[in-house]
Amino acid sequence: MTPPAEGTSAAAADPPGQPAPAAPRFPPGARVRVRDDWPERRGPCHIRTPHYLRGRVGAVERALGRFPNPEDLAFARPAPERTLYHVLFPQPPLFAEGRPGDDVLVEIFEHWLEPADTATTEQAA
Amino acid sequence: MSEPDRTPATHDMGGAQRFRCTPVERDEEPPDEFGRRVDALRQLLAQKKLMTVDELRRGIESIPEDEYLALTYYERWLRSITTLMLEKGVVSAEELR
Repeated sequence: MTPPAEGTSAAAADPPGQPAPAAPRFPPGARVRVRDDWPERRGPCHIRTPHYLRGRVGAVERALGRFPNPEDLAFARPAPERTLYHVLFPQPPLFAEGRPGDDVLVEIFEHWLEPADTATTEQAA
Repeated sequence: MSEPDRTPATHDMGGAQRFRCTPVERDEEPPDEFGRRVDALRQLLAQKKLMTVDELRRGIESIPEDEYLALTYYERWLRSITTLMLEKGVVSAEELR
């Protein structure tokens, strides 16, 4: 592993052309897909979205408020506030165990979520 | 575009096979003398605005996997604090020899 170059890191990319909105983008009950993004494979970063949720579909429980983005705080750079959500996922497909009706509740930042109804998880090149 | 490498980061252990069906570690012991000293160092550096907990975690997460798994909890903290202070130029590699 090469040491991190100074001042560089692999933050999760914002969806192109979409500045972080102040009001929650997703209402309770909205079906959302966690972005299938792997910034930890691009360089130094600090990601709070568990690997086992990337690309998975869940339902928003509620917005928890806005918090400075830890992906920026971890590099002591300006950290814009992002909406954090409780998102509920069915457990059995995540861990290949558990019974139908078992759920996993996870805190996920808005910039990791996209509407589940859009078909694509393509990354901007 | 090629498929992304989906290997989780070392610290991102949720759902990892090797921890399934193993007993939960009930490690509720208070920190030992070494751990308390490392935490005191972390608190002092935070008070002096030289580092934050988010940076501490980022430094821990950047430890190469073989070292990460070999180090104890507070050894990881100390390794990260060292990396951060070198990165910020608070100490030099020579001073740490």
